[in-house]
Amino acid sequence: MSSVSLTNPSNEAFADIKEEISAEEAADPTRRKLGVLFWICVGWIILVALAATFASLLPLPNPNLGNYNSVQNAGPGWGHILGTDDLYRDIFSRLIYGARVSLVVGFGGALIGLVVGGIPAMISAYRRGRIDTALNTGSYVVLAFPAIVAVIAIVSFWGKSMFKITLVIGLFAAPLIFRVVRASTLSYATRDFVLAAKALGASDTRILTREILPNIMPTIVSFGLIAVATIVVLEGSLAFLGLSVPPPTPSWGNMLNEGSSLLSGAKGQTNPWLVIFPASAMFLLLISLNVVADKLRAYFDVSEIKL
Amino acid sequence: MTRYIFKRLVLLVIIIIFVSIATFFLVHLLPGNPTDTILGPNATAQNVATLNHQLGLDKPLWQQYFIWMGHVFQGNLGQSYTTHQSTATIIKQSFPIDLELIIFSQIIAFAIAFPMAMRSARKPNGLFDQASNSTTFAMLALPPFVIAPVLVLLFAVHWHVFPGPASYVPIGQDFWSNIHTMLLPSIVLALGGIVVYFRLLRNDLISTLQEDFITMARSKGLSDRRIMWRHALRPSSISLLASAGVTIGSLIAGTFIVELLLQMPGLGYQLISAVNQDDYTVVQGITLFVAIAIVLVNFIFDFLFTIVDPRIARE
Repeated sequence: MSSVSLTNPSNEAFADIKEEISAEEAADPTRRKLGVLFWICVGWIILVALAATFASLLPLPNPNLGNYNSVQNAGPGWGHILGTDDLYRDIFSRLIYGARVSLVVGFGGALIGLVVGGIPAMISAYRRGRIDTALNTGSYVVLAFPAIVAVIAIVSFWGKSMFKITLVIGLFAAPLIFRVVRASTLSYATRDFVLAAKALGASDTRILTREILPNIMPTIVSFGLIAVATIVVLEGSLAFLGLSVPPPTPSWGNMLNEGSSLLSGAKGQTNPWLVIFPASAMFLLLISLNVVADKLRAYFDVSEIKL
Repeated sequence: MTRYIFKRLVLLVIIIIFVSIATFFLVHLLPGNPTDTILGPNATAQNVATLNHQLGLDKPLWQQYFIWMGHVFQGNLGQSYTTHQSTATIIKQSFPIDLELIIFSQIIAFAIAFPMAMRSARKPNGLFDQASNSTTFAMLALPPFVIAPVLVLLFAVHWHVFPGPASYVPIGQDFWSNIHTMLLPSIVLALGGIVVYFRLLRNDLISTLQEDFITMARSKGLSDRRIMWRHALRPSSISLLASAGVTIGSLIAGTFIVELLLQMPGLGYQLISAVNQDDYTVVQGITLFVAIAIVLVNFIFDFLFTIVDPRIARE
């Protein structure tokens, strides 16, 4: 009896578990799979980034200078694929050059935020103590200040260059990134493998970079992309308010601003394409960033980490 | 509980002091001097010194801060250099527009998010749930500055359902045309709220519907509708209402954008015009007002829902 139950049931039990696993997989097929949509979105972001980087090598008309032989406010067609704006400039060319602003400010700002917010967050969450309490309270205090109002005030007094905007937005993203990185570092700082590394005499730097960092990397990457999207929105809002990179340099936000200012018809002309194309470009970039971040988060299953 | 509220109060005071210092130094430490702005490039050294003295700019910075704060506590936020209106008057005239926009947009957001979440939570992963999840996910990629021009293009310029830019009517002048002009910007602002509220309420409802007291209610033979309305909704909506404070704070960028787009003279519109005219006292005054208003709204919501749901304080 007992010998039978020792040899046989393991198989049965195993079959049961197998069934359960496959049932789980059927219930949630996205688990551990990134899916086609993910790769389409990654591809789109890379395509936009490549086009923006090599814009000057592409056969594009000058984005800042109108060709007065072409039609003003033309719709999409031959010659100008996406039409022209009120100053005879090629919309497609302006969109590609405009992507530079969104991408540089978005990724640059997130990078600044990660360095200024993320590194102190790891150290402070690992060491704890008074500095941690102070930094944590500090991050609450800075986060309470509405970023858009602060950024408007700073940029308006300091200047509107791309570098300054990236720096200011990046610094304002830092406390949020601080909170996220701190929370996920905390969840690993007291785990057994960290204790083991400590017992083996590893230095704090080694523990932070070799033990903790690889574990919180998925959170950093996925939240970093959300931060990029948030910063792109913030820059776009500033540009729409006329407070980002000054014209004639194109950005998607100031193109939308130009398109909107023609909407009322007060200037005697309207150009719906100057609203539709930049809006679509912005939507596609943002949804790609969101999809990539969301799929990565689901893939690494870091949903249990809360702010 | 008292300890929690006390801690929050201390944090509130720290935040308000920080906000006031940040707003003050923002203007005083950055390049660009109010005296130069007022007098222009051809001012003599004598004139500059006199005006600096008049404005109190020759005193040490910390003294200037306390003088400024003293004025602020008396409701004196300085005077515009271009229109000579007091900043307090500008705020008093434009703030009701923002308030109306925020209230309308929140009503719209709740009116859409609640039924949507309740329908979704009845059958998680069902057809309706999947559709509304994807829709709200896509809406995340439509911030106000992207969707507002598109909606104005479609509904105001193309179909003439709503009035276009520069047609704002004060509420005291004509109630119904005021509502009519407010609808489009409120819908734009509501979109962000719908996403947040729908997701929070849907997730909370799904977890509440798995609790024992719901099974109990079901076994008593209560209808699904009654269980949803009488038993599940109330415990599930607390985190949503508590988040409303933060959501209202995040609306501020959106109100600036719709005000500029539709040329409605709200706080955002006034702030941007002041920025464009280097009117630094107005920028300073509006920045301080908006920042403190947002901090207070967050605090009040936080406080209210600690009383409604004492579990928050213990977390």
